[in-house]
Amino acid sequence: MPVVLENLGKRFGGGAPVLDDVNATIAQGEFVALLGASGCGKSTLLNIMAGLERPTSGALEVPSDGAAFMFQDASLFPWLTARGNIELALQLADKSSTKVSRRARATELLELVHLGGAGDKRPHELSGGMRQRVALARSLAQDRQLLLMDEPFAALDAITRDLLHDELERIWKETGRTIVFVTHNVREAVRLGQRVLLLSSRPGRVVAEWDVTEEHRTDAGRAGELTGVITRRLREEIRRHAK
Amino acid sequence: MPSNPITTEERTLPVTDSKEHITSPSLKGNASELRDLEAGLDNLQSDSGRKAGIEWKRVLLPVAALVVLILAWQFYVSLEFKRRDLVPGPLDVLTQFVTMWGEGKVQEAVWTSLQRGVIGFLISVVIATPVGLILAQVAPLRRAFGPLISGLQVLPSVAWVPAAIIWFGLTDATVYFVVFMGAIPSIINGLISGVDQIPPQYRSVGTVLGANRLQMALQIVLPAALPGYIGGLKQGWAFSWRSLMAAEIIAVGGTIGFGLGSLLDQGRLLSDMTIVMSAILLILFVGILIELLVFGPIEKRLLQRRGLLAGSSR
Repeated sequence: MPVVLENLGKRFGGGAPVLDDVNATIAQGEFVALLGASGCGKSTLLNIMAGLERPTSGALEVPSDGAAFMFQDASLFPWLTARGNIELALQLADKSSTKVSRRARATELLELVHLGGAGDKRPHELSGGMRQRVALARSLAQDRQLLLMDEPFAALDAITRDLLHDELERIWKETGRTIVFVTHNVREAVRLGQRVLLLSSRPGRVVAEWDVTEEHRTDAGRAGELTGVITRRLREEIRRHAK
Repeated sequence: MPSNPITTEERTLPVTDSKEHITSPSLKGNASELRDLEAGLDNLQSDSGRKAGIEWKRVLLPVAALVVLILAWQFYVSLEFKRRDLVPGPLDVLTQFVTMWGEGKVQEAVWTSLQRGVIGFLISVVIATPVGLILAQVAPLRRAFGPLISGLQVLPSVAWVPAAIIWFGLTDATVYFVVFMGAIPSIINGLISGVDQIPPQYRSVGTVLGANRLQMALQIVLPAALPGYIGGLKQGWAFSWRSLMAAEIIAVGGTIGFGLGSLLDQGRLLSDMTIVMSAILLILFVGILIELLVFGPIEKRLLQRRGLLAGSSR
């Protein structure tokens, strides 16, 4: 089931609109990078798609079972172990699941994010990258077709981030999820997305769109070119706000 | 070497004015390389847990402080500013204490009070926890009853003793009533402030994970508020214990058993300062013991498990 956004608008109280006339269609199994400068309402758009906020105008069509969500900070519950966090998500997603089945599934998910040995650690004992991988496993535990990611790697160091890009790509291919990945990092958008949507700032609106082809993925030169083009367009968008 | 291709391919890049280069596709190795790289980073970035043995300073420092205080007390008494029966020395108090222990009076008083304190406190916890959780979660109720609960916490629970005696007479019900009025508001307040300090993100996560109202309250809000809640329980215990002592001092006789407060009052009636001092020290000692054996370890464990203990002076 695709995700469709139609003339979506959002304003808080009587203020200026944060989002205005956002239109996009995201196919099932597609990986879309949502790119924009700060204050363009990327997170608001994601919150609307997740059902955390309501749009003030327009319509959206999302899978009826809702979406899984991954936050910028891992937001793991500190009173639970890594495994406990995943098991809680499994329990809340499927009330009829048994303890044994949850345990088995949590083990699988921990393996999937290469954290098989760290299940009994608590969030504060894990590095930032490990925490984000647990958070990724937790959002996969929700078993929703649509996965929304709100700058999940923004706070990580460069090496860890590169690694998690590979990891996420692998998991996306293995699980076939539809992923909407919000970022302000052009290289990250080109690295991960099959399609890059550029959101303007104040109000947020989809102003440009690029396809990232297989050629971009294998040829660093072509990828660099595309990154350059998108960066120029993004900077243009930001310069508009100089006056 | 996964990093080599980057440098070789950089030269073949067409020049773009933004000088943006893609890194990751060329960094990609095979699956097992990736796994090892990740495992290496994990080990480098997470700290191996520190092992803590028995810290003798923790035991010795309080003991040393106690010895200093007792020596100071003895020194003051030996200066003989006051009559010995008004200010007895440590040895006089100890002698009296041993005598009362022989009579079984100490054991009886401590047992009676401790039993009442603990039972009263536990019942307070059972009442206060759901009430606090509901007040914290339901905004209109909280606005309506919040000020009243805060007020009750400020009101000294001794003020309820006369009312309790009129209603329940000189029975254990009087004592328990006063304990409840002391403990329940402070446990409720502790829980509410614990809930107030939960990062809003936790609730968002709960919503996204699909928690309903009850699951949100029991599986997310309550555990998240646990540090504040434990603080409230600690204060609730302190209030129960104080209220209990006050009630026992004021309400003596009837079917009310003989507790530490009663012992204190008996000392006053007999004008025997050694009994009074023994009782005060016993009350203090029980308070310290409960803190050291019950709340201290629970709190420490809780904070440690959440990684909140680093750098504190506990």
